Amino acid sequence: MFKLGNRRWILWAILGLIGLGLPSLLGSFWLQLGSLAFAAAIGAIGLMLLFGRVGQLSLGHPFFLAIGAYSYVWIASPADGGDSWGLGWPSLAAIPIAVVVTALAGLLLSPLSSRVRGLSLGLATLSLIFIGIWLFYTLEPLTGGYNGRNAPALTIGPLSSQGSNVAILGLPIGRTEFLWYVTLILLVLVALFTSSLLNSRVGRAFAAIRDAEVHASALGVEAARYRAIAFTLSSAYAGLGGALLAIIIQRVVPDYWGLSLSLGYLAMVVIGGMRSVVGAVLGAVFVTALPAVLQRYGESIPFVGSAGGTGIGPSVVAQVLYGASVIVILIFEPEGLVRIFARLVPRRFRRHNDAPPTAIEPVDGEPAVSQLTAGHPSAPLAPE
Amino acid sequence: MSEFISLFINGLSVGAVYALIALGIVIIFKATEVINFAHPSLLIVGTLIVATAHDSFGMSFYLAAPLGIVVTALIGVVIDRVLLEPFYRKQAILAAGIMTIGLSIVIDTLTTDQIGAKIIATGDPWGSSHTDFFGTALPLSRLAALVTAIVLLIAFYFWLQRSDFGVGMRAAADDPETASLMGVPLRRVSVVAWALASALAVVAGIFLVAYPSAGLDVTVSSVALLAIPAAIVGGLDSTTGAVVGGLAIGLTQVLALGYQDELAFLGRSFSQAAPYILMLIVLIIRPAGLFGTKEVSRV
Repeated sequence: MFKLGNRRWILWAILGLIGLGLPSLLGSFWLQLGSLAFAAAIGAIGLMLLFGRVGQLSLGHPFFLAIGAYSYVWIASPADGGDSWGLGWPSLAAIPIAVVVTALAGLLLSPLSSRVRGLSLGLATLSLIFIGIWLFYTLEPLTGGYNGRNAPALTIGPLSSQGSNVAILGLPIGRTEFLWYVTLILLVLVALFTSSLLNSRVGRAFAAIRDAEVHASALGVEAARYRAIAFTLSSAYAGLGGALLAIIIQRVVPDYWGLSLSLGYLAMVVIGGMRSVVGAVLGAVFVTALPAVLQRYGESIPFVGSAGGTGIGPSVVAQVLYGASVIVILIFEPEGLVRIFARLVPRRFRRHNDAPPTAIEPVDGEPAVSQLTAGHPSAPLAPE
Repeated sequence: MSEFISLFINGLSVGAVYALIALGIVIIFKATEVINFAHPSLLIVGTLIVATAHDSFGMSFYLAAPLGIVVTALIGVVIDRVLLEPFYRKQAILAAGIMTIGLSIVIDTLTTDQIGAKIIATGDPWGSSHTDFFGTALPLSRLAALVTAIVLLIAFYFWLQRSDFGVGMRAAADDPETASLMGVPLRRVSVVAWALASALAVVAGIFLVAYPSAGLDVTVSSVALLAIPAAIVGGLDSTTGAVVGGLAIGLTQVLALGYQDELAFLGRSFSQAAPYILMLIVLIIRPAGLFGTKEVSRV
């Protein structure tokens, strides 16, 4: 699991120390933004797994994020909440259960992913968003309906996402520090798990299905089964991300899980670099931070007005920028931010197979199945 | 019963408009295999041009409408030539579809910002008058939409089946390389497809914001988005499918809204989810849509 080639572990160790040490330097604005980005990154890694690795687009990701969030709220809310449902279980146990519930929802819907492929699956899962919003409005005891519902705080021993008076090594662990550490640690665990999964038999099966499904099937890869696995896994990641988002934003409303969130997650995956874990994280940080940073520093940037004031609003600028980034990256650098950043890393820290891949060579240096299929379009359209 | 007939006719007339938008998505898909997610956004752009030309520059509808249609067709051409050409060259059709999603984010953000809280009229000639249609009081604009859609859909059907262009387009969709070798000008096929599809979207947009809608406002984009389930339900590579899909989505939406008191146990916002539930059911039963060509591979 920790087989990192060459001297890359030095790089990771430095990054880890920075991640652990930063809260003592950063203000609460940045810490809150950071934890939002880390939670989003967990969801984005799930989408990357499905889209970048298996070639199955999902626009229904917010639906699963929402299931994770509402499951957490339901399990951790006090049991005597009147009209609102709650189990009153410990909040720490609510997170893994929320993940399992979301994974089950994904498993239930996974026949969809084995029947519909590629971009059509994206459009099919689009329907989950609208169906989801309708359900969340209607199931009032669970979701609080139109007005939404408060998410209970996460408590681990003496520490809590409501803030606590505990200090570790002289650093007081308040609300934002606590959220930063929890989301960062979970993100690192998720990233390590995903990397090892993608380098395993399962990961290679994913790539084979993406590059040449018919050939993969001929070699004994059960395409439908692996597509269902990927869909379920991706939902589980969304469940974790959604539960964390609920804890951070503290109040969950149905409209939050709409189309723009869905396009935001797609943008994260595309901007970061469709096929890499690090890329999904970079994309999540970019898409999450951009509107917030523009909101905060908008006045000092030319052409960007303040919110509600004259000029173009910062949220409009942010939306246009990330939409345009998707277009530009797809045209000029389909490997995304991760490739751009890789050029900045000194050569001796790179993995030996980090050389820029050609169009048909997958990033991780697996054998490029698609080379075998050159000239065999995988999606022939029969004449009418 | 008379309520049902009235809702049915209304549903058909709305569905005919969805069919026009879906036909654009199908034409682009048949010519280039790109699923154009930005099609509803093009509709908004075109309708915004018509409405602005009328509302801010005092142009008559008969000048503003052709202007909006032509300008949007040109925008379609630019998208095809500038933004999509790199993808055609690399044969990266899936990435091209994702690119149109990025494009729709940009266009929607800008148009939403431009429209703001306003409701802009296009100055269409039908106004709020009604006409008697088989015993139902149907808004004149809806009747005009129904007639225009039927004429355009029939014209497109024969044109795509019979003309050299239509044959070339179907050949290009089937096998671009062979079609190119047989002398089908692929670039011209994709340019014409984008121009026509964009123009169709504006025609549909004008009807979409006409009475009984108040005019162009920010909610139109979520209505225009229904063209995507319409195209999917019918089958992305079938013009007949676009018509059937459009009508099915229109009927579902209008009936779910009309009977919302009877359907109250499903919740207030059910009518917004109903078209998408239909799409999900169709896709599970027939993944290629009702009239779509099934992808066949056997191991």
